[in-house]
Amino acid sequence: MDFLRPAGWEEALAAKAEHPAAVPIAGGTDVMVEINFDHRRPDHLLDLGRIEELTAWEDLGDSVRLGASVPYSRIMKHLRGDLPGLALASHTVASPQIRNRGGVGGNLGTASPAGDAHPALLAAGAEIEAESVRGTRLIPVDDFYTGVKRNALAPDELIRAVRIRKADGPQQFSKVGTRNAMVIAVCAFGIALHPETRTVRTGIGSAAPTPIRAKAAEEFLNAALEEGNHWESEAPLPDSLVKQFATLAAGACNPIDDVRGTAAYRRHAIGVLARRTLGWTWSARERSTACA
Amino acid sequence: MTATGVPGHLTQGSATRGGIGESTLRPDGTLKVTGEFAYASDMWHEDMLWGHTLRSPHAHARIVSVDTGEALAQAGVYAVLTHDDLPAEVKNYGLEIQDTPALAHGRVRHHGEPVALVAADHPETARRAAAKIKVVYEELPLVTDEASATAPGAPLLHEGRDDHHAAHTPHPNIVHRQPIVHGDVAAGRARADVVVTGEYVFGMQDQAFLGPESGLAVPAEDGGVDLYVATQWLHADLRQIAPVLGLPEEKVRMTLSGVGGAFGGREDLSMQIHACLLALRTGKPVKMVYNRFESFFGHVHRHPAKLHYEHGATRDGKLTHLVCRIVLDGGAYASSSPAVVGNAASLGAGPYVIDNVEIETLALYTNNPPCGAMRGFGAVQACFAYEAQMDKLAAALGMDPVELRQLNAMEQGSVLPTGQSVDSPAPVAELLRRVKARPLPPERQWESAGGPADVRALPGGLSNTTHGEGVVRGVGYAVGIKNVGFSEGFDDYSTARVRLQVAGGEPVAVVHTAMAEVGQGGITVHAQIARTELGVSQVTIHPADTQVGSAGSTSASRQTYVTGGAVKHACEAVREKVLERGRAKLGTYHPAWATAELLLEGGKVVTDGGEVLASLAEVLGDEVVDLELEWRHRPTEPFDLRTGQGNGHVQYSFAAHRAVVEVDTELGLVKVVELACAQDVGKALNPLSVVGQIQGGSTQGLGVAVMEEIVVDPATAKVRNPSFTDYLIPTILDTPTIPVDVLELADDHAPYGLRGVGEAPTLSSTPAVLAAIRAATGLELNRTPVRPEHLTGS
Amino acid sequence: MRVNFTVNGRRQEADDVWEGESLLYVLRERMGLPGSKNACEQGECGSCTVRLDGVPVCSCLVAAGQAQDRDIVTVEGLAALAACRTEGGDCASGACGTGLDEARQWRADPARGTDSQTGEGTELSPVQQAFIDAGAVQCGFCTPGLLVAADEMLEANPSPSDADIREALSGNLCRCTGYEKILDAVRLAAARQEGTVSR
Repeated sequence: MDFLRPAGWEEALAAKAEHPAAVPIAGGTDVMVEINFDHRRPDHLLDLGRIEELTAWEDLGDSVRLGASVPYSRIMKHLRGDLPGLALASHTVASPQIRNRGGVGGNLGTASPAGDAHPALLAAGAEIEAESVRGTRLIPVDDFYTGVKRNALAPDELIRAVRIRKADGPQQFSKVGTRNAMVIAVCAFGIALHPETRTVRTGIGSAAPTPIRAKAAEEFLNAALEEGNHWESEAPLPDSLVKQFATLAAGACNPIDDVRGTAAYRRHAIGVLARRTLGWTWSARERSTACA
Repeated sequence: MTATGVPGHLTQGSATRGGIGESTLRPDGTLKVTGEFAYASDMWHEDMLWGHTLRSPHAHARIVSVDTGEALAQAGVYAVLTHDDLPAEVKNYGLEIQDTPALAHGRVRHHGEPVALVAADHPETARRAAAKIKVVYEELPLVTDEASATAPGAPLLHEGRDDHHAAHTPHPNIVHRQPIVHGDVAAGRARADVVVTGEYVFGMQDQAFLGPESGLAVPAEDGGVDLYVATQWLHADLRQIAPVLGLPEEKVRMTLSGVGGAFGGREDLSMQIHACLLALRTGKPVKMVYNRFESFFGHVHRHPAKLHYEHGATRDGKLTHLVCRIVLDGGAYASSSPAVVGNAASLGAGPYVIDNVEIETLALYTNNPPCGAMRGFGAVQACFAYEAQMDKLAAALGMDPVELRQLNAMEQGSVLPTGQSVDSPAPVAELLRRVKARPLPPERQWESAGGPADVRALPGGLSNTTHGEGVVRGVGYAVGIKNVGFSEGFDDYSTARVRLQVAGGEPVAVVHTAMAEVGQGGITVHAQIARTELGVSQVTIHPADTQVGSAGSTSASRQTYVTGGAVKHACEAVREKVLERGRAKLGTYHPAWATAELLLEGGKVVTDGGEVLASLAEVLGDEVVDLELEWRHRPTEPFDLRTGQGNGHVQYSFAAHRAVVEVDTELGLVKVVELACAQDVGKALNPLSVVGQIQGGSTQGLGVAVMEEIVVDPATAKVRNPSFTDYLIPTILDTPTIPVDVLELADDHAPYGLRGVGEAPTLSSTPAVLAAIRAATGLELNRTPVRPEHLTGS
Repeated sequence: MRVNFTVNGRRQEADDVWEGESLLYVLRERMGLPGSKNACEQGECGSCTVRLDGVPVCSCLVAAGQAQDRDIVTVEGLAALAACRTEGGDCASGACGTGLDEARQWRADPARGTDSQTGEGTELSPVQQAFIDAGAVQCGFCTPGLLVAADEMLEANPSPSDADIREALSGNLCRCTGYEKILDAVRLAAARQEGTVSR
């Protein structure tokens, strides 16, 4: 095994081009587990820990360009306003120690359906900035997850940053685990209200082979909100509407039975989370409207 | 000695009295908070090699061939060993039945069974070499439960059994069976106005001690070996290790290294024989350290159980009868299954007076992971079932569940289904009264005035699953009975060596036992006993090793009783010697030497009236008093193999819990809000440690109520979650406040009246949490741990 | 490969490091600093918690090579760190801290006097002392990681609520104590730090 320690981003891209099978390591919270437990022996480890720009973020006006290695603890602390859904998701990641090391780039690179950041990214709307010596491309998050623990990156590409749309309305994130802290998601749900476009976006984790959006639920809700003139109203949403949204969200799942939970439970729980988080965001919108 | 990192002499030298009954601080506390305390995995020796174990990927298979050639050829590899390399006639070990091969011989019987060993100069070299050992397996049909174990033509886990249980078990795949017959069940049933039955399932729990199995074996010039290891019972290890190494016991010198928790999981051997084999083969020190994955295969677990219970009662709530059948899955090797059967059977009725009882308890041999000792040892599974039954019965009778329990509660003088009379305080009703009398914790603690819900106080915790929606509170009660010490006629003794001398004008006592300090605080208590008995403030605890006689196991809540008793006994004998010397040397100077009751206090000989006769320095001068003595508790008897009758136990321990839970009924997530415990400890030798034991035991019971389970795939008998990612134990956010009410009703048969403490709180905690969840949800919940899908019906 | 980094204020160098080794392994097996514990090696227990450039992390999940030029504080350096804080010194500068030789002395000579064996007379940080006094130590395997995490929390939040303590320590598993005495210990350390309770 070789340990590559590029001092800068260009050097890292060059190394990845030269060794496309090299495994990038930043926070180490996925890669080192696999090495410690003898599940993985890459020929090259590519340490991204010395590349400072990966741990910085940048305000692009309507979005935040979040460096791939910005630790979750800093997202929680500094980006709660612009990226509330991701900040909430960050708070549910493993433990304080892990949140001090792990970042969104790792979640995306591993592309596990259980990664906590995915539902928040899907709900907010994001593009993954993938870069190689050949150049940079922006991959919409909806196109990023291609299979179980597979993503749209080319072998020579590294994740430089994620461009996440700033919140224009309330966002929520909720995850079910069988412990009250330090737990991998049995399933998770993210929701973002986008009053500017009068749309709602969602994200589901751990309830399908990849992170997904509950598209049918979104379409139903967007239409119903429009039809009922709800965006203009301060009233709570009708129960029947919320219930139908929850049913459709549960229906979007394609889960499996595994040691962490049953498929049936995951489907059920996503329905509950969809209903609750829609309620929370909608009432937060009422409050913010009222305050304004 | 060349090995380093071995815990040295631990001294408590304070000016305070520090005798029994005080919350003196741990003598190893400073080392533990500075990171200097040497655990087994911290051992280091120059030139040492790393041992690694190759384990079976199958639960049941014939080993067709093993080729170690390529592994051995790797650079940095010093040895590769298989069953064929075992040096002695004896190839197997076992606590009671020697049925466990040191390395698999022609067949593997469970997932993760050790097949081969590697010693190399770096752990990675050893792992890579192990991956190059070519083992050809031919999978065999599986035995996974009672039906498949006892089916006609079922594969036998162990053919040709000749152990002493073989003759009385109905099938060779049954390790041991213990019936209990007491009174007349038919007559009792005829008197019953209400009968409730239930089928209960208890999942496989792991001890999940944090310090992984580790040790260092150092070959010695005399052909023997020095082994530094984390274990619960040095001498039982020695008895099993030496024959497999082909060495006399005196050539295997064992020293206890720092132990990172045990809870029963270190009662069986793990890497001990393996490290010694590699060290003897290579002539170099060999260190072995399991990682967490391997640890799940490196020790036995708590027996999963299926329990069928039938209780009857009269309309006014008096129990009429009990019929129960408890089937424990012992897995591939016997470990301590027979004793677990004895406990589950003899304590299967719980702390209740029931005149008519029929109990059948058995343990199976299967291809599942081997199970053995874990805190509570057979009594835990039974308590889960009989306490669920009490609630069910109370509901059927329309009675308060606590009142029903109190009405039938055992007390001093009550007779157990084994015919044994309870001859010390049994405050079962009082313990229940105390936990019930506590004020309930405030409701809706997640709410703050005007602010958002504090999710940390809600089910789901940081995962932000509810802000109060769907959350329902429930309260549940449970009480349990655990035996203390080894039962059924076992010669349960301990040994203590106590030396008293004066050094630099100051009397110093040295206490030397082989007791495994696994965290419970035995060494703290030994120093306290020595101070109380010898009146010295300076007590040094000698490292535990096999240079002194056996202390027995750090299990069965027995060490303070038995090794504490041995230390007390040895101190008393030392005191007698001191007084003898005093009388001989100074007796003529004061008549009180001959006439008064004499004590040692504050480094002096004093009369019971408080008059100082001499200092220890004056009495002893340069002399050293040094005695090694054995001490045993009252003898017990085996249970009759047909009726289960017999005075099998020496002492009982009782605890009661009240659990308050909040359940997110829509998502099936549980937050335990409070877990109050009341326990009788006879005499709290160290109140701080006692409370710590009770809180820790309660939390392990909470864990198996709501999250902890080793999941074994029934189709393959393989473990599906051997990691801390998927075998979850409670975090600090899952653990509630645990108020503890300690009673001290002396047991006159025990040293200082004390009662073993460690296990009882693990029993009643689980059923109390389950009862509270039932109260919140109205569900029957016959299985533990409860998973979200059980609460949501999905 | 070779790795250079600062441990408890002293520059250190490790040679012949296998590229897959964790910082935890290097500290324990190469630096003679086994205080950081190896309970799970998958970031699920917190026993190996150290501060990496001031931030608590699981050292089992830091590749050794990633520690190059970084500043690490382990449980062995907590007392010196606390002393430095009290004196208002720059703790990250390396001007203070426990030297490696000093830290490994306990194992270099097991025949030393009894005082060194019990650690009596050892300078402790307030949180270390509180763990002993409150009975928060049983087997002690989780203790070093908890101490590093608790010390850092108290540095950032000198008067934490119980919920704050629970959240900050939610990445550290303990199997012996049921956590009650650990909470007591952190409350005690906070109170002593605030001067509301004397030692």
